[in-house]
Order: sequence, then structure tokens, then C-alpha cells
Amino acid sequence: MTSISDYMGTSAVVNVKRAIEAAKQHDEFHALLALTEERALERATKIDETEVKGRLAGVPFIAKDNFLAFGAPTTAASHFLEKFNAPLQATAIEKLEVEGAICIGKANLDAFAHGGSTENSTFGPTLNAVDKERVAGGSSGGSAVVTALGIVPFALGTDTGGSIRQPASFNGVYGIKPTYGAVSRYGVVAMASSTDTIGCFATNASDAELVMDVMAGRDSHDATTLPDFFEIADVKPGQKIGVIKEFMTDDVDADVKKSVNNYIDKLKSTGHTVEEVSVPLLKYALAMYYIIVPAEISSNLARYDGVRYGKRAEAGSLSDLYGKSRDDGFVDENKRRIMIGSYVLSSGFFDAYYMQAQKARTLLINAFNELLESYDVLIGPVTPTPAFKLGEKASDPIKMYLSDMMTVAASLTGMPAISVPSGNTNSGLPVGVQLIGQRRSDAQLLALAKSLEESV
Amino acid sequence: MNSEYEMTIGIECHVQLATVTKLFSPADNDARGKGPNSVIDPIDFGLPGMLPILNNRAVELAVIAGRAMNAKIANVSRFDRKHYFYPDLPNGYQITQMYHPTILAGLVEAPMDDGGFVKVRIHHAHLETDAGKLTHYGDYSLVDLNRAGTPLIEIVTEPDMHSPQEAKAFAAELHKLMVYAGVTFGDLYHGNMRFDVNLSVAPVGSTELGKRAEVKNLNSFRSVERAAEYEFKRQVALLEKGERVVQETRGWDDASGRTSSQRSKEDAQDYRYMPDPDIPPIVLTNEQIEKMQENMPQLPPFYRDKWSNLGLDKSVIDSLLAHQSYAVLISTIQDNAGDEIAKRVAHWFASGVSTDEETAEVASNFVPEGYVELAKMVGANELSSTAAKEVFNELLVSDKSPRDIAEEKNLLQVSDESAISAIVDEVLTDPASAKAVEDFKAGNEKVIGFLVGQIMKKSQGKANPALAQKLIREKL
Repeated sequence: MTSISDYMGTSAVVNVKRAIEAAKQHDEFHALLALTEERALERATKIDETEVKGRLAGVPFIAKDNFLAFGAPTTAASHFLEKFNAPLQATAIEKLEVEGAICIGKANLDAFAHGGSTENSTFGPTLNAVDKERVAGGSSGGSAVVTALGIVPFALGTDTGGSIRQPASFNGVYGIKPTYGAVSRYGVVAMASSTDTIGCFATNASDAELVMDVMAGRDSHDATTLPDFFEIADVKPGQKIGVIKEFMTDDVDADVKKSVNNYIDKLKSTGHTVEEVSVPLLKYALAMYYIIVPAEISSNLARYDGVRYGKRAEAGSLSDLYGKSRDDGFVDENKRRIMIGSYVLSSGFFDAYYMQAQKARTLLINAFNELLESYDVLIGPVTPTPAFKLGEKASDPIKMYLSDMMTVAASLTGMPAISVPSGNTNSGLPVGVQLIGQRRSDAQLLALAKSLEESV
Repeated sequence: MNSEYEMTIGIECHVQLATVTKLFSPADNDARGKGPNSVIDPIDFGLPGMLPILNNRAVELAVIAGRAMNAKIANVSRFDRKHYFYPDLPNGYQITQMYHPTILAGLVEAPMDDGGFVKVRIHHAHLETDAGKLTHYGDYSLVDLNRAGTPLIEIVTEPDMHSPQEAKAFAAELHKLMVYAGVTFGDLYHGNMRFDVNLSVAPVGSTELGKRAEVKNLNSFRSVERAAEYEFKRQVALLEKGERVVQETRGWDDASGRTSSQRSKEDAQDYRYMPDPDIPPIVLTNEQIEKMQENMPQLPPFYRDKWSNLGLDKSVIDSLLAHQSYAVLISTIQDNAGDEIAKRVAHWFASGVSTDEETAEVASNFVPEGYVELAKMVGANELSSTAAKEVFNELLVSDKSPRDIAEEKNLLQVSDESAISAIVDEVLTDPASAKAVEDFKAGNEKVIGFLVGQIMKKSQGKANPALAQKLIREKL
């Protein structure tokens, strides 16, 4: 693995070539859908010539392929957008470019970011960085793997219900899901507008801090962004930390629990207080999530109709044009979520499902708010198990959804949550712990993680 | 009209807001005369990753529109998505306000020809985006998204109208209110305001309303009235035959004057309304609402009230109110020069100005002084009313003073007694007047009008008619 400092002060062209070389060497992982080699080298040359002094000058990175970016199509790993060339770039990418960072490629994902293993990619799954028989996790699997393989020091992902935290945990890297609204969603293919967040993968907390600091802030193109609150901070001593009881049940893999407990020991030994806390409502979080998120997905994916851009099927009538274009353009998981979403929004079911889920969500937010008045940070595993085998859950969507049970709460409540590497299982698979904080406490979470990094 | 049945009418009206840019994008909101798909932004195009940014001016105009309808404004309002697939709808949903509209209940009082008013309660009005436009050719259709994303408010009334005349009066008054308030350009030809008429019939005295049909997309007051007339007859005929009225959407054909079925309620789509998670709620304090409304222009009811002591006919008032610039001018003259002068000028404007756009534009640039002076000249008998009209028409398009115009045209009235006396003598001795003179002497007062007319004719309209009459009486 590499860190940002490895690329500072060296030629941008050399950095880019090195990253592209590494990407090609690791082709078998299928972590990338495209390299943006030509544009990356052009930018690198310019940066070398003009001695651009940005905070990320000449540092290569990779973006999940649902970020609109120049240099390659933005496919969202779907047939629908297979040949879609974006006419503009996502705000997050623009901000990184202003600081001199160079996007060298687009990472694989579950189509339209629907999934938790990258097996839903139209173009085939990404393999786990540590064990090629296992999943990379998802939906930002490609971004996690390119970071874990040391192809780039950081990569961009999106997290709607765990899509950054879970693959970070599966591949042993840092994964940051910021506070909802911390980073602009403009120019990122929307999944579920009320929980979509833009974050990053990195190999250490300092790099993650730097990348988040660059990306965060109000954007006039996204009305849900917050004024920039992200400020790199020192760790607050003597924090009160709550272990979420509902995340430490017997159903959770023993190695995963052990890893969390090891981290808790480290927290205690560095002067923090750790207590068990309970949020009984958490047992409903997955149900809320799989009503609200599909509802928003069914709406956000309505624009992919074959009329203006993307996949357009040969058809003899308008309804055939819609039907066939969408049938060819979407994978099964996309269709499943569109159907669930359309169902819960339909007349007669809206109140019973969608509204009820939104009310429950408010209760969940209240419960977390209340807890975070007494505790600085909440801790637990990221997922109940380490990376599972390819194909193991692919045919059972419910099993797949269940692996999201620990990540969806922070998504529904809009709270920042980070996945921090915390060792390996006995069989050598990476495990992460999840730190959840109050909204806008992103920098504090990273400071805490950094302080423990140093204490090892 | 069949007197055994009565009709109940509710109206929905789409008003295109006069903003510079669209409701959620920076694209130009004025598509008139622009090539297809030339005023669109990636947001209106529904590109992946695009997010709506609310145009605050549209919110201000909605708040002003609310005031014009005496409506309460919501302190918190929200946007929702209305889903359906159609090629003119790029996102697969329209952004509207299903659950929490910005404009709440209000009241519009529309004047009727009989001097009364129809009171129409406003249920609410919501902000929403317009769709694009499809043009169908033989075996293909073309999509133009210029209009997609244009801000509209949809005004929904209570079913408070009970005749085609009331529906027309409401539509006309609503148009005036929206135009005066500056909410819309009100260009009916370009669809700036479109009316949907919901009409049901029931036996007189019935406590239940009948099934209603909705006639969509009427773009003139006259067609609102005609469509209501036609629907009433159609529905009564169905009931008389023992058939039922189906709840449905109907189209209007202006040429044939008929409505026809477009789709029935059974085909009604499930729009799967959902709160739009991309757009934060509109939060307005009462202070902010008042501030938006404080500099509003005066509205038609203000002028009607202000002119009530001028003794103008309703038709005169209607003609004046048809142009905001006339109303403002007459009101200004009333303030500066008094009621008498204002009334005189009001009549000229009400009857004399052709309503074509060019003249209206000229008239909107005028200054009151010339008209006041002209009215004073008439008051001082310096001009006959006919001559004044001629000067007025010239004044509309000229920057000369009315006196200069009258002099140039040789229209100034002669009030010199000896000059008129000579003409009077001429007329009274004319054999053609002999019968009239005789009749007058026999006590027939009416014929004096004929004699004055002859004098006016001989003087080419310049003789002061009052003076002429006085001289006739003296001489006979």
C-alpha cells in the first residue's frame, strides 16, 4: 500500500506512469473499468511544467465509475451508460483537480451502486485484494481494491448504505462515509438522494483527512450540501465511547468481534472510557432502509428511459422503447429495487410503507441523537462477517441485504461513520471497526482513528 | 340553458412565471422564437448526477401571486416528485408540490357584467415545473425540451362557479391579477396561462354534485366560457337520456366548439408521489413574506375602488383595466388633476385606442401631462369632443403638446361671438333650415339640435356648440 506522501515532491508524470503500471499489473482483480491514461498524462505534464503547488499536486487517484469524469465513459457499471461520455465532471473531482490530484481511472462497482459485493457489475465482479476467491465488497469494491493493492494512495467511492465502509473493511483500508451533505453529490450518478454520500478510501487516517478536507464544503450545485465544517483536528482526550450492543450479538463472526474488542482495548489504554449502549430500534433499521432507499432509487432511475442518452433499444412503440431499453440497461438487482420502490410508493401503499418508514427513521435519528449527547463516539463492527466467497450470496438477495445491517443506521441518520482497519481474522482476512459520530464530527472521528494508529 | 339542472365549476389554472431562468436550472426561461432544444441545461435534460437548485425569484413571484389572490402563504412548503414516463419529461418525474404547497387558501372576487361579483375561493396554488413539447410526424416524434423546467404555479379553485359567465369572469380576473402583480407576462397566445375547467351538473336543489369532466388546456377566456356551455349541454343531454356522466379528461376543439374524451379515470396513472429529497423545504418567516409583498403593484380591485366615484360604465373600466399602463395613467391623472379630468381621459382611452400590440407599447411610454392639458382644453371649450378625439389619437404617437397639435390641425374651437353669430345668421336664413326654424318657434325644442348641427358643420366643427345654441335662442 502507498500513501499520499509517497507521491509528493516527485514528477507527476512519473507518479501517473507508476500508478498505471501498477493498475495493469493487477488487471486480474478487475478493479478497474477504464484507465484515463491519456488525460492523466496530459494533466501530469501540465502539472510538472507549471509546478502546480496544490495540496495533492501530482497525486494519482481513482474514482468509482459513478462519478462523472473526463477521459473515459461514466458507466455506473451498467449497459445503460456503457458509452456515456460525461460533458462535465463531478464537483468532488473538480475540487481534487484544483489541488493538483490526477484521476487515472474508473473503478468497478455494482451496477448503479446497487449491491454489497461488486458482483452486480455488468462487466464482472472485482476480486478481493487479499483473497481472490472472495468478494471485494461493494458497491465501491473496485475503489477499495485499488487502494488496498497500492495502485493509488486514495480512491473515491459513494456510500448510500455501507458501500464505502463495507468494502474498506473487506480489503483492509480506511473507508470514510462523511456526514450527509458534507461533500457535494453534483455529478455523481444518484442512487438514493437522502442517504447518498461521497467519501474516500485511503491507507491511513491522515490521507483520508486531507482528501475529505479538499472535497468537503458547500456547493451551489447541490442544495443539500452544508457549509464547510471539516477542519483537521487534534484528538479530544478522554472520550466517552459506546459499544453498540445490537452489533455484538452471537450472530456476529467471532473473529470480527475479537477484532472490535481489540480496538476497544486500545481505546481504553489510551485514556478513553468505553461502555455498552443499546439502540433497540436498530432491529428495524434494515427494514426502513430497504423501503426508503428503493423508493428513491425507483425515482432516480426513471430518467434512464432511452430517449435522450445511453442505451436505446430497437423498438416499434414508445412503451417498447422504454421497456426494452430499461430491460437491457439494468441488471436484476436494479430491477428488483425499482420494483420494490415503485411498490412502496404506489397509491394505497405509500402511507403503510414509505411514510411509516420515514416516521421510524425519525425515531432512529432521535435515538442516535440522544445517545450522542452522552457519548462522543459509537463503535461496532462494519459487517457481521469478513469478506464472503464469490457467489456465496449472489443468488440470495435477503442474505446480501442482511450484511448491510450494521452500516445502514449511519446512512439513515446522516451521521459520519468510518471503517478503520483493525487486524485480520485467523485465516488472514481483513476486518474493520466502525466509528460513528454526531453529524459534523467527521474530523473528530478521523483524529481518534489517527491517534490509535500512532499508539500501535 | 336547461333550467332543471345547475352546473358546478372549479378551475385549475397554470400560470407561467415571469422569471429570467427556469425553476431549478440556470437555463433561459424565455423560449419564444428560439430553436428547439436551445435553451436547456443538463439539469432540465435529466443528465445523470444533476441536482435541482431552486430559483428564489420563482418563490418570490409565488408569494406575490398568493397576495394577489388574498391567499395565505405557507411558512414551510416542500417539493414532491410526480412520476410518469413520457418523452417530454426528462427525469421521469415532474417536480411539484403535492403535500405542502407554498400558496394556501385564498379568495378572488371577479366582476360580472351585471355589476355583481362572483366570489371564488382558492383551494391552494403550488409551484411546479412544466414539461417539454412533443411534435408528432408520420412515424416519428420530435422532442423539444426548451419549455422543460419552466416555472409554473397551478392555481386550484373551489367549485364556486355556477355559470359559463362566472367561469369566464373568474378566468379574466385571475389573468388581470397575475399580470398586474407581475407574476406572469400573461401571453395567452403562447400559453402563459392555461385553464382546465372541471364541470359537473346536478338537478337544481340537489345536495350532491354530479360526476365531473375536466376540459383541459383552454387558453382564452372565451373558450373557458364556451367549453363550459358545451359541457353543460352535453352532460344534461346524457342525464336526460338516463345515461351517466363519466369522470374523465376531455379536450377542447375551438373550431368546432366541442369537447371530446381524452382519457377516463380508469386509465388514470398512479403517479407514485414522493417528497423530493434533493430540494430543501422553502422556509419563509412572516417578515420575509411581507417584505416580498411590500412593493407589489396595485391590482384591478384597487383601481375599481378608486374609480368608483368617476361614474364610469363597467365596459369603460374593463377597457381601461385591459392594459395596466392605462390603469396606472388614469390613476396618476386622478391624483394630480382630479376626477373630472381623469374621467375625460378615461373615456378617450377606453374607446379610442386600438388594442394592437404596437399601440399598447407606445401608450405604455406616455406621460400624463399631455392628456391632462387636452382634457383641460375641452373643459374650457377650446376643443369640441370630436376634435379632442383627433388630437388624442395624435398625442398617442407624438411628443408634441396637444395645443400644438390642435393648432396644426386647425381644430381650436371658435368662441368668438361675432364670428359664430355670422354663421348662425347664415344657417337661420338658409332655406334648408326654414322648417326647423318654424317648428322651433312653434315650441318644438328638439329641433335646436339640428340647427346647432348645421352650424357645427358650416364651422367645420370649430364653433362652440353652447355658444351657438345661446345665439340661436337670442335670434329666434
